[in-house]
Amino acid sequence: MDKKPTSTLLDRSLGGLSSVAAALIAIVIGLALGLVVLLALDAQHAWKDGFVPILQAGFRNATNESLAKVGMHLSTLGQEIVEAAPLILCGLSVAFAFKTGLFNIGAAGQYTVGAFGGLYAALVLHLPWWLCLLFATVFGAVWGAIPGLFKAYLNINEVITSIMFNWVGLYAVNTITYGRGYGIMYNAAQAKTYAIKEVSPQSLIPSKLFGWDLYETFKYGSISIAIFLAVLVAVVVLIVLKRTTFGYELKACGHNPHAAKYAGINEKRSIILAMVIAGALAGFGAGLYYLAGGAQWNPQDSTTLPSMGFDGISVALLASLHPVGCIFSGLFISHLSTGGAQMTQLYFPGEIADVVSGIIIYLCAFSSLFRGWVRRGLIRLFAGKGRKEAKGNDTAD
Amino acid sequence: MTLLIKYTLIYGIVLMLVALGGCFSEHSGIINIALEGIMVIGGVMGLLVLVNLPPEISAFAKVFLCMAVAGLSGLAYSALLAFASINLKADQTIGGTALNLLATAVALVLVKRYNTTTQSPKLTFVNADFLFNIGPITVNWFLVVGVVLLIVSMVVLYKTRFGMRLMACGEHPQAADSVGINVYRMRWAGVLISGFLGGLGGLAYIVPAVQIWNFEGGVTGMGFLALAVMIFGQWKPGRIFLAAMFFAVFKALANIYDSTFLSALNMTKEVYNMMPFLASMVILAFTSKNSRAPKAEGIPYDKGQR
Repeated sequence: MDKKPTSTLLDRSLGGLSSVAAALIAIVIGLALGLVVLLALDAQHAWKDGFVPILQAGFRNATNESLAKVGMHLSTLGQEIVEAAPLILCGLSVAFAFKTGLFNIGAAGQYTVGAFGGLYAALVLHLPWWLCLLFATVFGAVWGAIPGLFKAYLNINEVITSIMFNWVGLYAVNTITYGRGYGIMYNAAQAKTYAIKEVSPQSLIPSKLFGWDLYETFKYGSISIAIFLAVLVAVVVLIVLKRTTFGYELKACGHNPHAAKYAGINEKRSIILAMVIAGALAGFGAGLYYLAGGAQWNPQDSTTLPSMGFDGISVALLASLHPVGCIFSGLFISHLSTGGAQMTQLYFPGEIADVVSGIIIYLCAFSSLFRGWVRRGLIRLFAGKGRKEAKGNDTAD
Repeated sequence: MTLLIKYTLIYGIVLMLVALGGCFSEHSGIINIALEGIMVIGGVMGLLVLVNLPPEISAFAKVFLCMAVAGLSGLAYSALLAFASINLKADQTIGGTALNLLATAVALVLVKRYNTTTQSPKLTFVNADFLFNIGPITVNWFLVVGVVLLIVSMVVLYKTRFGMRLMACGEHPQAADSVGINVYRMRWAGVLISGFLGGLGGLAYIVPAVQIWNFEGGVTGMGFLALAVMIFGQWKPGRIFLAAMFFAVFKALANIYDSTFLSALNMTKEVYNMMPFLASMVILAFTSKNSRAPKAEGIPYDKGQR
């Protein structure tokens, strides 16, 4: 009698399992192709100086005894964690928009503008860290609202708008921050913005949580509770999407805007709100990175957008758009790029890690194919078992 | 003024070539957002050929070889998009974005590999063979090639059986299939043509204007601007040419503003860099209402679907 609930439960767990398996297949193929690239570049050093460091990444020094003596053996791992926090948030930004039928390729621009907001609150207004984070979030949200407005009222594809405003945001932030060399946040001596640690220590995200000082464990300069905040936000996003009417409305608009409109959902409002939230998430991510002292902004670099925003796409796709999955995929992408830097740069440029993650995302584009394979395989497995049991029953009869 | 004309012609041809590429791809029904990445691949391969060619080769052979390699490597790279979006029916935007990310990484690995000792992401090259003078204005061979390709595109798209069939696949692939057109093959052709034009455009962007290029920034959003040019040009080659020239003026101003009357306005380079992007948004805002995109673009074609 209770056949239906169990079958949907089975369906659901099958869905989850096959998504994870599809991601793992993409990762394995991506790494294998990365190894091929390493072998092609320098076969002699490919394994020891290339592939092993990529896999070990943050853990590479964990067993190094001389570093352990001075307590520095976990600092690379600390760096990996620091960079994972903004990645998770950018991934959430992309995933959230995707769930509502929008492709937020503008996370990079929202991240840039968010970083500006956070840094301004810290370096000029000297606000406490949580207010600075709020500033970063609001700035990101405003930048996210723009493609939403263009989409809702002028029917311009959000992909085009986002891309255009990525560059507009970067140029605007740089020209304001630099201020011809006299910008209020610009430290001409270092050619970067001032370090928050020196100008406004209260704006730095703390590293202590319930008496545990993360800095003591990792000995990495910009380690903070940012990673826990990222996990918290991921859970909130999950709840909003899965358990609230608001989230349901947004998702409905993504699946079928006409049906949603017919059901009385204001689809223009939903599009704008979805992009605002996506932008807020990316801006929050920028806050988590820059307010932890992860880096200082260099306003003279106007040729490259921050890679976090684009890596966010990788994080989201690898997680099959699941908010909690983004935590793991964010950690993984951070692991990869840390690993890239751990390779012996004499033989292999660190960008090989980007090649690997690029390949993985390319594979993710048709992950539904993998998912189909896994699903069929699993069903065969379960069905086979079922048949055997049924047979057993038959003989017992 | 001559400088303004010079840079407008350089960027105009780049935008036109790449937008024409996007036009072929979208008329076949595939959104090619990977144009940015295709430009990077075409640019880096063409440049690597340029810096590795022995100096005694004639200028014509040099130019021809570089252009051919740039176009063909763009074509090869676009095959990845075609395979994913046509055969595996993947999401075209995601596939294209992945290829954009991959392209910059691949270019950096190749360039750093070439600069073994310095590990620099920059390539230094000599572009004299690509340039010649008409009166006071320096122009480049890409201008000639670009104009030829524009005329060829117009003829192919509107006057040949192939062009008509290609456009049919972007409007109503089921109908095209029902009269015996192989939709998959047509879409492959559309994407590969766009790959060739995109790759050529990448080289055309890098070579004539400067003699050193930093690949960390890829091609700084030119591929995406070309997509806006294509939309502004309403997917029609003639209009695309005009739209490209219009955008190029803005792009050129960023390069030369300080040597013109504009320097009196006392604005930073960034403001001028912003201009083409802002201009494209304003124009899209006014033109999007009556824009006529190919109807079936972005939708994977499934033979079994009705």
